[in-house]
Amino acid sequence: MYGRPNLYTSYKQESQILPTWSQKIVLGIFLLILLAMPLDLWLTEQIPFVRFLGDNEWLPLINKVLVFAIATLGLNLLAGVAGQVSLGHAFFMGVGAVTAVFLGGQSSDNLHGLGLPIWIWLPGAGVAAALAGVIVSPVAVRLRGLYLAIVTLGLVFLGIHFGNTTWGAKFAGAPGLGRKAPKLDIRLWKEETPLINLDDDGRWLGFDVSDKAKTYFLLLGLTVIFAVMAKNIIRTRTGRALQAIRDRDIAAEVMGIPEFRYKVIAFGISSFYAGVAGALFSAALSGQVLAADFGLFFSVEFIAVLLIGGAGTTAGPLVGAFFVVMIPKFVETFTKWLDKTEGGITGKFADVALTGPEGDFGVIYTGVQTPGWQLNVFDWNIVLFGFLIIVFLIFEPLGLYGVWIRVRNYWKRWPFSY
Amino acid sequence: MSELLLEIEDITLRFGGVTAIHGVSCHVNEGELFSIIGPNGAGKTSIFNTVSQVYRPQSGDIRWKGKSIMGTRPDRVAAMGIARTFQNIELFPQMTVVDNLLTGRHVAMKQSWLAGAMWVGAAKREEMAHRRKVEDIIDFLEIEQWRKHPVALLPYGFQKRVELGRALAMDPELLLLDEPVAGMNLEETEDMARFILDIRRELGIAMIMVEHDMGLVMDIADRIMVLDFGEKIAEGTPEEVQSDPNVIAAYLGSSDLHVANE
Repeated sequence: MYGRPNLYTSYKQESQILPTWSQKIVLGIFLLILLAMPLDLWLTEQIPFVRFLGDNEWLPLINKVLVFAIATLGLNLLAGVAGQVSLGHAFFMGVGAVTAVFLGGQSSDNLHGLGLPIWIWLPGAGVAAALAGVIVSPVAVRLRGLYLAIVTLGLVFLGIHFGNTTWGAKFAGAPGLGRKAPKLDIRLWKEETPLINLDDDGRWLGFDVSDKAKTYFLLLGLTVIFAVMAKNIIRTRTGRALQAIRDRDIAAEVMGIPEFRYKVIAFGISSFYAGVAGALFSAALSGQVLAADFGLFFSVEFIAVLLIGGAGTTAGPLVGAFFVVMIPKFVETFTKWLDKTEGGITGKFADVALTGPEGDFGVIYTGVQTPGWQLNVFDWNIVLFGFLIIVFLIFEPLGLYGVWIRVRNYWKRWPFSY
Repeated sequence: MSELLLEIEDITLRFGGVTAIHGVSCHVNEGELFSIIGPNGAGKTSIFNTVSQVYRPQSGDIRWKGKSIMGTRPDRVAAMGIARTFQNIELFPQMTVVDNLLTGRHVAMKQSWLAGAMWVGAAKREEMAHRRKVEDIIDFLEIEQWRKHPVALLPYGFQKRVELGRALAMDPELLLLDEPVAGMNLEETEDMARFILDIRRELGIAMIMVEHDMGLVMDIADRIMVLDFGEKIAEGTPEEVQSDPNVIAAYLGSSDLHVANE
């Protein structure tokens, strides 16, 4: 590192995820804030952004961030680290969700379900998806780049179609209707009262915790575990082998890295993440399993999260998920707020760009319908979203992570320019 | 010392109508520095590719310590102890120097992905032990200051060195060097020659070297094989090869052997 040659005194210390004390402390404080976020504490009230995000209205979105983070951590191992671009991530998530609802859901006349507790259906969802990934992986040995992306894209359509067949509907629910997702409650077995109830508001350790906050804690814990595992995989033997295959596959083979085996591993681990994320998506977010949820847009969204956050890094998917999930909501809130601001900003904008009736400024129309060429809020979100992806790829191919590296290096070298 | 390590027997490699290697035989003894020279397109690199089984020759046999390695997967060949560098640098550009060298230790490491993901004690100890080995190589090749840099940022000469280091990290018994000093200036060439000699003396690793720098080849090689258009035209010590009429003809481009002989 720059100017600090004697910082590390052992390889063990150097190879730590957070080699310095200041990094450990900062991350510790950050995790504490995350833990306190949904709680009604004096401290959290003092940090403006935190209390606001920890609010019940925003918590589901934060939960979505966490689920997206887990899914993208998996995609990162496959696409970012091993270089196998897959558009089939939504398919593996769907496999996970359907497996979860089969293992954890209630059975009825036309639905299969075993009603098992979460500690079986959640890993089960991951394992089933991993198996699907392993079965698909030989394709990746023959194809690469765009060809692989298109082939895996086919999986998404196959998956939705399968979910809509009569046989598939017994697992995934009726086409277009879906079925109720398994409950997150933690039970030992199928007993009546769960060990830890996650469905209702309650008190934990003297704090009032809403059901959303409970889900948040569960997801936060899982995200941390999955992030640490992903980081460990990347920095050890397997991660190096995957990166070697990404960078130079023939050289990797001549170095003694069996390409086939490692592509299978990459698909397996990545799909495991996807399966767990898919199960969590249906159980903790949408509350239902619906085959059509796991479509192409989903896959593309994860690619976007990965690219915006920074492919090949562990922090990238986490930051990217936050960015991609939260930005549309921020934009929406912002435009609504503009609209509500009495005459004020909206009016002024309207005066300048003047086109339409009240609640309308320039290119953005805050109503639901779009008169003429103007964009409504929803369209505006999507336009902004697409625009950001383009800007990022052009100016910072490493994504938000790259921005962070630049900022960090600037302060490291300050006051010198290099 | 002079035990037979690698035998190549009458191999022929064709790509469609092009015969890249035509009935070439040679052998490498333990601890020997064997060099393959020849004009461009003579099939030198193709020989390397057949030895590491990236290409499968149509006929002939390649034996490693008496056992045929024909049809073995490239990664298995590497695990047997045949390491290699490439003519155009084939490092993993986005990884740091240390990570590149650690990738070379892949075969020697045994921990599974799951152990790595959990960062269990055994995986941790293994990482540290191999990191130590890698540091020895970094020390040997004098690339300490580049340790933590992504390889893509290194100057060309150092990239060549790192690639040599990555091959060394595999603890090979035979090292295939594909133009180790290509594109280097005199000073860098001398450095590299010193490293090659050191590898030979201190580690006792046998080497096959493909090189166009005749000064280097004649200085350090024990035996030389000369290829032209995929066929072997001469083999022997540097002195023998230098005075061989076929070689002179190939290099001077004369089609008339009598002219060369006179």
